[in-house]
Amino acid sequence: MRETPMSNCERDFILKAIEERKRLDGRQTYDYRRIKITFGTDFGCCFVELGKTRVMAQVSCELVAPKDSRPIEGIMFFNIELSPMAAPSFETGRQSELSVKLNRQLERCLRNSKCIDTESLCVVSGEKVWQIRVDVHVLNHDGNLMDASSIAAIAALSHFRRPDVSVQGNDVTVYGPEEREPIPLSVYHMPISISFSFFKQGTFLLVDPSEREERVMDGLLMIAMNKHREICSIQSSGGIMLLKEQVMRCSKIASVKVSEITELINQALLNDKMARKAGERCGFAESMPQERITALKMDETPVEVTDAAETANEIISAAEDPPQTAASPVVPLPGVGQVGNGLKNSWGLDEEEEEEEEEEDEEEDEDKGMKTSQQSDRSEGNVVEISDSEEDEVIVLNPETSCTAKRSDSSCDQKGAATSKKTHKR
Amino acid sequence: MALIEDLKQRVGSVLLPGDEFFLPTEDNLTLTELRRPERLVFGPGLRRSGGRLTAVKGGVLRHKEPNVFWIQSQQKRYVPAKGECVVGVVTAKSADVFKVDVGGSEQASLSYLAFEGATKRNRPNVQVGDLVYAQFVVANKDMEPELVCVDSSGRANGMGVFGGGGLMFTVCLGLVRRLLSPSSTLRVQLEALFPGELVVGMNGRVWARCADVTRTLLLFNLIQSCESMAPTQRDELFRRVQQGAL
Repeated sequence: MRETPMSNCERDFILKAIEERKRLDGRQTYDYRRIKITFGTDFGCCFVELGKTRVMAQVSCELVAPKDSRPIEGIMFFNIELSPMAAPSFETGRQSELSVKLNRQLERCLRNSKCIDTESLCVVSGEKVWQIRVDVHVLNHDGNLMDASSIAAIAALSHFRRPDVSVQGNDVTVYGPEEREPIPLSVYHMPISISFSFFKQGTFLLVDPSEREERVMDGLLMIAMNKHREICSIQSSGGIMLLKEQVMRCSKIASVKVSEITELINQALLNDKMARKAGERCGFAESMPQERITALKMDETPVEVTDAAETANEIISAAEDPPQTAASPVVPLPGVGQVGNGLKNSWGLDEEEEEEEEEEDEEEDEDKGMKTSQQSDRSEGNVVEISDSEEDEVIVLNPETSCTAKRSDSSCDQKGAATSKKTHKR
Repeated sequence: MALIEDLKQRVGSVLLPGDEFFLPTEDNLTLTELRRPERLVFGPGLRRSGGRLTAVKGGVLRHKEPNVFWIQSQQKRYVPAKGECVVGVVTAKSADVFKVDVGGSEQASLSYLAFEGATKRNRPNVQVGDLVYAQFVVANKDMEPELVCVDSSGRANGMGVFGGGGLMFTVCLGLVRRLLSPSSTLRVQLEALFPGELVVGMNGRVWARCADVTRTLLLFNLIQSCESMAPTQRDELFRRVQQGAL
C-alpha cells in the first residue's frame, strides 16, 4: 500500500509551529517522548515504547563455526524487520532503503563499538563460537525508529542469557537452563543512538522527531554514544551542512539524554531481576491479572495548554480539600490495594476509563489513586516509565533556554505542591 | 418474528465479530393466511449468509425503526460511500483529472471540470498537495471512486480547495460522526472555547484553524483526546482548558 501523502498545509503548519518553538504533541525542543521498557518472560526479549513507536527486540544464540579471519571471536548479527503492521507503506520480504539504513546504523552502533565482548563467546577456537542474533521487529511506526531500536537491542542484549557449555577433549556439552545457570553476555558499555532533526536548513533543531516531523525535516543527525560520553557512531543524512558548533551542541545534548536512558535501562533490568528472583510475575505475565488485551498499552493523551503550570498552581491553591471519606482500604481491582482517595486530580485525563464509576462524585480522585497505586505496583515489576517534561533543568546550552528553565521551575513548584498536598492527605 | 425480538433485545449491547443470530426457517407454509414477510435491513457490521446472521465487526448494536440494524464501531479504515463528503489530498495532476487520496483503498479521481465555474478554458488552480473538500458521486467496490466539488445545481456549496494555514489530522470515524451529528454536544463545547474553523470529512480527516498556532494545536489535541474519553471526562477536560487557556 502506498504511503499516505503529506499535504502542503500539514507541512506548512508544522514548519510554522517549529518556528514558534512548538511541537504537535506539546513537547519542548529537547524533550523525548515517554519511554517505556518491558521485558518478556523469556531472557533476551525486550519491548520498547517511545511515544507511539513500538519496537520489540529478541536475542537468540546458536553454535556456529567462526569466520576464518577471526577464529576466536563470536559473531554478532543484527536484523531489523519492517512489517506492514508498523506502517502500511512498509512491505514484507523486500529490503527497503529505510531498513537497510537502520540495519547498517544499528550494526555500527552496537557491533563496531565493541560493546559486547565477542571473545568470550568462543567455545572451541576456530571451530565453535556462539552466534548472537538480534532481531528487531518494528510494531508501530511513529517516528524515530533508530532510537527505539537501539534502546531495545542493547536492553535485550543486556537481558539475554546464553546456555552454559563445557568442553572436554573434543566434546562440547551444552547445558539446559535446569542443569546449569545460563550466563549473561558481558556488556562493556551501552551505546544508545540519539536522533536530531534539522529544519529550515539547520536553523531549528528537534530531538526525537515524530513521524510527521520526520517527513518535513531537512536533515537528520544520529549520534550513538555511551554514558562515558564516548561517541560510538555519528551519521548525518539528508544532505544539509552542519556547523561545527551545531554538532558539538548535539553531542552535548546526546550525552545528557544517553545518561538518562542508560539509567532507565539499568533500572528496568534491575526491576526485572528482582521480580524474577522473588518469583513474582514478570514480563508480559503482569498483564494477565487484569485480563485485558490492552493492559500493556495505556495511552495518555497530551494536551498542549499554555501557562498550564501557573494555572494549575492556582487551581491547586484554590481547591478545597478533597472529601475525607474512604478511610478503610478500598479494593478497586483484585490485587490492587488502596487507602484513601489520593490526590485531587487537576487534569481530568484518565487512563482507566473502563473501571470508572461515573455516578460517583469523587470519581476523578478515585481514578487518580488507582493510577498511582497501579504505577507503584508496576515499578515493583519490570516496567519503568519516565516522562521527559521536566528534564530541561539539566541542559544549559544556550541563552534562550532561560524561558524553558523557568517553565520547568514552575512545573517543579507544581510538583512540589502536589506532593506536599499528598503527604498532607495521607 | 423471533429474530427481530432477539435483535431488539440486544440493541445497545456490545457485539463481537462472530456473534451469531439464527434466522428462522419457515417449516410449514400457511396457505390460508396471507402474510407479508417483514423486511429487515442490515447495515454495516452485520452480514447475512443463508440462514445465519453474523456480526463481522466489534461494536454496539444500533436499531432504527422499523427494522434497520447496524453495528456502531470505532474504526479508522474508511470505505468510500456515494454521497459522502470527504477531505482529500491531491496527489497527482494529469490531463483532465486530479488524483485524490481520501484514505480509502484506492485513490479517487476528481475531474477538473467538477469545480464551480470551471470550463475547458478556465481551469481551477489546484496544486499537488492541496486539500480538497469534495463529494463522492461514484463509489462502489468495482470502480474507481469519483469525486466532485459541485452540487447538483453547479454551485460550490462549501466544497473545493481549502486549507491555508491550518492543520489536518486523522481521527477515528466514530468521532467524525459525533462531530457532525446535529445533536452533538462535543461541537457545542468546542464552539464555546474559542473561535476557529473546522472542516470535517467523513473519511476521518479533520482540518482545523484558529487565530494562532497555539490555539490550533490546542484544538487538535483536544479533538484527538476526545477519541477515548467518556462524556464526563470530556466535560472536566473542557472546563479545565477553559480555565487554563483563556
